[in-house]
Amino acid sequence: MTIQSVDFVALLPALIVAGGALLVLVADLFLARGPIVPGVLAVLVSLGGLAVLPGTSGRETLCIGEYCTYSVREITLSFQGITLVATATVALVSIVVVKDLAIPAGEHFFLILCSATGALVVPATTDFVSLVIALELVSLPTFALIGLHSGDRRAGEAALKAFLFSVTSVAVSLYGIALLYGSIGAEVQGTMSYRAIFVATSQVDPTPVAVAGLVLLLAVIGFKISAIPFQAWAPDSYEGAPIPVAAYLSVVSKVAGFGALVFVAVSFQPWSQVWTPVVALAAAVTMVVANAAALRQRGAVRLLAWSSIAQAGYVMVPLAAFASGANVGPNLIAVVGYLAAYTAMNLGAFAVVAVVARDRPRARIADFTGLAWRSPWLGISLAFFLACLAGLPPGVIGLLVKVQVIAVPIASGAWWLAAAMAVGTVIGLYYYLSWAALLFQRPVRGEIEGLTRPGGGAIKIAVAAMLAVTVTISVVPTLAMGLLENV
Amino acid sequence: MSGWCGAALPILLLLPLGGALLLLVAGRRVERVAVRFGVAVQSIGLVTALVLLAGFDTDRSDVMQFRVDYRWVPQLDLSVSLGVDGISLPLVVLTSLLGLLTMVYTLRYPPAAGHPRAFVGLLLLLQTGMLGTFVALDLILFFLLFEVVLAPMWFLIAYWGQGERRTAANVFILYTVLGSVVMLMGFLYVWSVTGTTDMVILAQLHGAGLSSSAQLLAVILIGVGLAVKAPMWPLHSWLPDAHTAAPTVGSVLLAGVLLKMGTYGMVRIALPTLPDGAITVAPYLGALAVIGILYGAWASYAQTDLKRLIAFSSVGHMGFVLLGIASLDSVGVNGALFGNIAHGLITGLLFFVVGGIKERTQTTDLAQLPRGLYQRAPRLGFVFGFACIASLGLPGLAGFWGEFLALVGAYSPTVSDRYLFRALMVLAAFGMVLTAAYFLRVLRRVGQGEPDPLPMRDLTETEAASWMPLAGLILVLGLLPGLLLNLTNPAVERVLSDSANTVDVRS
Repeated sequence: MTIQSVDFVALLPALIVAGGALLVLVADLFLARGPIVPGVLAVLVSLGGLAVLPGTSGRETLCIGEYCTYSVREITLSFQGITLVATATVALVSIVVVKDLAIPAGEHFFLILCSATGALVVPATTDFVSLVIALELVSLPTFALIGLHSGDRRAGEAALKAFLFSVTSVAVSLYGIALLYGSIGAEVQGTMSYRAIFVATSQVDPTPVAVAGLVLLLAVIGFKISAIPFQAWAPDSYEGAPIPVAAYLSVVSKVAGFGALVFVAVSFQPWSQVWTPVVALAAAVTMVVANAAALRQRGAVRLLAWSSIAQAGYVMVPLAAFASGANVGPNLIAVVGYLAAYTAMNLGAFAVVAVVARDRPRARIADFTGLAWRSPWLGISLAFFLACLAGLPPGVIGLLVKVQVIAVPIASGAWWLAAAMAVGTVIGLYYYLSWAALLFQRPVRGEIEGLTRPGGGAIKIAVAAMLAVTVTISVVPTLAMGLLENV
Repeated sequence: MSGWCGAALPILLLLPLGGALLLLVAGRRVERVAVRFGVAVQSIGLVTALVLLAGFDTDRSDVMQFRVDYRWVPQLDLSVSLGVDGISLPLVVLTSLLGLLTMVYTLRYPPAAGHPRAFVGLLLLLQTGMLGTFVALDLILFFLLFEVVLAPMWFLIAYWGQGERRTAANVFILYTVLGSVVMLMGFLYVWSVTGTTDMVILAQLHGAGLSSSAQLLAVILIGVGLAVKAPMWPLHSWLPDAHTAAPTVGSVLLAGVLLKMGTYGMVRIALPTLPDGAITVAPYLGALAVIGILYGAWASYAQTDLKRLIAFSSVGHMGFVLLGIASLDSVGVNGALFGNIAHGLITGLLFFVVGGIKERTQTTDLAQLPRGLYQRAPRLGFVFGFACIASLGLPGLAGFWGEFLALVGAYSPTVSDRYLFRALMVLAAFGMVLTAAYFLRVLRRVGQGEPDPLPMRDLTETEAASWMPLAGLILVLGLLPGLLLNLTNPAVERVLSDSANTVDVRS
């Protein structure tokens, strides 16, 4: 049993990003210290990974006998594409923020690219061992990323919180995998690959031990996507972290988590009656409670944190509607479509918050009063992103992906889940709209000044790029909603 | 079908949308010309609508014309599928007309809170949503356009309104969104069962493939969403506050067009697609409609604010429309559609006139309004009187026919509960009397009495220009109701044709 050959082409996107991470570190050592070189490098590396993505389609590598540990499927390509676009955007925003906050630039971009490498591997793995390792590769650099901001006392606390939550949930999930292996190890003949598990679980009924293992496994994923009850770290960590890192956590880290959840869902589809109630319940509670919690937030980042928890609840809905023996294609298309749209609109919102936070470091919601008067394009962009997140026209894409998601439980008869989503959406509308309304409020005299800090061009490029993406997919929604079919 | 036929509806929808985007992009330098630009856009829009009217084949008014079909989002089966028939065409023309008149009115009375560019942009966006709802032939597209009107109307109320405007705007949007999400669930349920979202195909299927229980579930879900918009008692409570807080043009469009989106949806979607479900819920709808009529009249009588009074009277008038729909009878449904148009014209005019009175007196409080309008401003008083009389349903004016036909429809409903509907008819007729009572009280309070010595500006030219078309149409449709009924009747027959068969099979 030897590894015969490695198909480097299949690994190319991940290799480029990983290599980029090293390059950033080297460049930081030998070239002038500053965020421009490593930042631009990180952007280029991400876009380079994106460019080679199509060439990897259908390739498999790191094979042991029949099973390959790394295989590039449609879902891999769409998740990797989303990850790379998000990483490039986060890097753009970082260029400015890193300089403002005097964060060590080389380390910052190195860690981001390391974590992104993990996020690229997650959707390509085919077995549980690599999945857990890849997920850890996503998480570990983020604790450092949160904590790198030494000027802020909250940063250390935020990093510690994320770390403790993560470590606990990883321990729990490893225990879960052990239990699962113990109960179906004979059937899968040693390889915990998703195909083997699918075959095995089609043949045997779940034992109580296996059920316990499966539920524990879902815990680590719950942490990654910050679904309730594993959300507690997110608002504090987002708030303590530099804003681009919060944006990264809310998108890349979350997308990686959904890659893992899709993996579990597909592997254990034959046992879906066991785990879908758990996911459905978590999704329903997440949608309602997180939206309700977001109502009370006064800080922009905290509000976006709760909003991203709620949005993750929506993405869980199609997965919660899995049924054994059913064609789950539409469910996965809905998941990918929502994640693609969410990435653009959420990163856009974070980017605008990053601009405002340069002048108002606390970035309270009240600090956005009259933004549309002070700098019309920023204000209108943010209003559009919020409309998308709320699912209210003119945010067409936000509405359509919500329709796509809610159609799944309705088709399968899970009315209570659809109802929970409806309630969550209506609550969500209120806080997104209140925020958007504030942007257009005529500021009181004396409040009009602000946003005087020069520079920040890189963030504005990021805002413009995300605006262009959201508008484009609002006009041609298939680009996002059919991403999984069209790659 | 020649080339321009396919382009007419896209032009109608994209014109205001493009105008709104242009205003957004143009920046502050166009602030001064924004309203004139809006008038120009809406004029072209109205001309397009009139061309549509002229090119419409009235002999085939039961067939969808000017069809457009573009597959937009295959994942949702969502097509940009557009068309007009005898049911939607009058509403399209009404919407285009009110769109232009509100813009002309804005020319003379610019929004008090300023920012005409944003104001006009929102009105144009609103126009796209309103027109789109009436010409959409795809369930998901209908829902999307149904939602498009919310954000602009929210901003109109919240930023250019008065009094408790923010609360009123929030209640309006949250209430309506809650309703439309429920409606969406109904649409998606129909889609999941039948596999299509095409309203024409669904109407042809006429419930085939949908079991009675499925139809009942779907009709309740869809009906709730539409009933919030209509509004049907007891889901009306957002309306009075929104009307009171909204600026004049907002009130005009809210009453004149937005409410119709709900009743139009019932006729367009619920009746042909879910005939069995409609039969089951019809008695309940009828009962609630009549409660709405009586409640609206009774509440109007108790109001001390003129705008609020008209808002409550809308609940009553829309009750007649709902009663006509609930009768499932061709006369009743024709009456409902007639009532839709008539209420749009009359209440639009009423809100215009009340807005004009408010411009002059700074109040709409009945107790504070100076008396003797007839003497102080005879022409303004005449228009006000005309609108009130039309609203109370005087024969010879448009308001009469919709309510009369709804009552006739309720006398011979196409459902089994004939006695219930006759009882409802009697109660609704009593509601008509109550309506007359409170409007006459208003007329006496505002129009007559010892005139206030202060001078008052009479009807201005802009007011005359933006109100006379409405008054004229109220008179024309009142004298020649056949103009409209000939257009709607074949389409209504088609909507109901097979549901009548369904009943025959059952009985």
